[in-house]
Amino acid sequence: MKRLPVNRLSSRTFSVIIWIVLLTLPIWMRAVGSYTELGTQVVVLALAAMALNFLLGFTGTLSFGHAAYFGLGAYGAAMTIKYLVPSTPLAIVVGMAAGTIAAMIIGALIVKLRGVYFAMVTIAFGQVFYFITFRWNTVTGGDDGLSGWHRIPLDLGFTSIDIEHDGKAFYYFVLLCFALCVGVMAFLLRSPFGRTLLAIRENERRARFLGIPIERHLWLSFVISCLFASVAGALYALLNNFTDPRALYWGQSGNFVIMAVLGGMRSFWGPLIGAAIFVVLQDYVSSHTENWMSFVGLFFVLVVLFFPRGVLGIIRRRTMR
Amino acid sequence: MSLLDIQNVSRHFGSLVAVNGVSLAVEPGELRAVIGPNGAGKTTFFNLISGFFPPTSGRIVFDGVDVTQLPVHKRVTMGMARTFQITEIFPEFSVRENLRIPVEVAAGYRLRPWMSRTDDGEMRARVVELMEMGGLTDKADRLVGELPHGDQRATEIMMALALKPRLLLLDEPTAGMGDQETYDITRLIRRLHKDQGLTIVLIEHDMRVIFHLADRIMVLAEGAVLAEGTPDQIANDERVQGAYLGKAA
Repeated sequence: MKRLPVNRLSSRTFSVIIWIVLLTLPIWMRAVGSYTELGTQVVVLALAAMALNFLLGFTGTLSFGHAAYFGLGAYGAAMTIKYLVPSTPLAIVVGMAAGTIAAMIIGALIVKLRGVYFAMVTIAFGQVFYFITFRWNTVTGGDDGLSGWHRIPLDLGFTSIDIEHDGKAFYYFVLLCFALCVGVMAFLLRSPFGRTLLAIRENERRARFLGIPIERHLWLSFVISCLFASVAGALYALLNNFTDPRALYWGQSGNFVIMAVLGGMRSFWGPLIGAAIFVVLQDYVSSHTENWMSFVGLFFVLVVLFFPRGVLGIIRRRTMR
Repeated sequence: MSLLDIQNVSRHFGSLVAVNGVSLAVEPGELRAVIGPNGAGKTTFFNLISGFFPPTSGRIVFDGVDVTQLPVHKRVTMGMARTFQITEIFPEFSVRENLRIPVEVAAGYRLRPWMSRTDDGEMRARVVELMEMGGLTDKADRLVGELPHGDQRATEIMMALALKPRLLLLDEPTAGMGDQETYDITRLIRRLHKDQGLTIVLIEHDMRVIFHLADRIMVLAEGAVLAEGTPDQIANDERVQGAYLGKAA
């Protein structure tokens, strides 16, 4: 479909720039005096924020409980390696399945709710999972988290890739997972199904009277969104070789929302920019003061006040419609 | 057999009886107007037909099937489409995109994650056809929210038409329009009715529009049927003149 002249930069050009920056990240991260793990963290949290934005920015529904699925992905991955099989790919698959199945059940219970009620109930369900991991010491490690395991090198049969010790190798592994997930989301958003989600976001009543069963599509969008959030959670646990209940805490859900809004929830890449700003601010400011969150908060308020479409919204008014 | 057969439907909101025992039979190919003073229950009646909410009592039969309790999207699939008194469109999308969505839904593609080139071409062609029919071709890539009211209304009607309905419900299609826009929309509705043989039920206030378009008219007052008949019969009905025409005209 034809784009509007307000696009100063075509969507494709911008995507190419993003990919070049991500692919060369380990090279220039060192040049600017930073470290690869920080880049890995940006990519992982960006995946979570973009997953949330599938629901928030492209279906028009705010979830404040995505940390639950992120955390289920993290615990699913950690527990698989610790208790079951020492395999990184399998850990991700189990983490993804855990988050997705939970989302399918909870989604079915909440798709009739709208607006603030939907958001509140997602928080409530998220906190349920938080308290389970917090209390169930024998299995989850409780407040201390789940340690005493580490990610396993990838065994490709003819060779193996040491993502355990080689930070760069792990970064590219995470980037590959990110590319697959983000690719599927972009693909879906351009499809007839994706357009029904945009229709629901734009005008739910009209969408309903065009013959779209709103609750079913909202459920699908929620499940897809949580699926990718749980992949991000699994990668997050693998990055840290550790997970704890804070991964499921509702404050973490709030961080995802902040990243999406900060970067621009109407643009596909917005949450990635938001996650980058968030992580870099956290890394930089927290080395000077413990109150780094107030700086992130101040930045967030300024962006929302002056650039309601987010940081990317300043550069490009419309990415995908 | 009537395409739409409404049997004695009522809708209560607490102690308020918005629609009280209304029956209506619409034959295939007919254009039926529903008129009545403000607060007569016309829009509530429309909401019952289209499934916005269920009736408190009574039955709604569409094409021989009892649809009284069916959700909206099932009724749409069966061939019932509607527009709203206050235009319901996707204002931030272009005309082309507004039409693309119902065209895909009507083709049964709403859950498709991908689309072949052939299918995509068919969808595009159908959108172009609808834009031509609605006189919107030269505004194809404009945002609908930026268009004049008449074009927005035309877009909404074409979106309903994109669903390939057998029954089109139009809630005050000329509300808030100037003379020229009213004339254009009236001509569009007439074309859909005469050229395509579409069955239409419309609520309208503008008497010129009604007498120009309608085969039969039903008059509602205080939630109940006051009179029913051809435009001439209604124009000469003393009760209607007393309750409605006298005051309105």
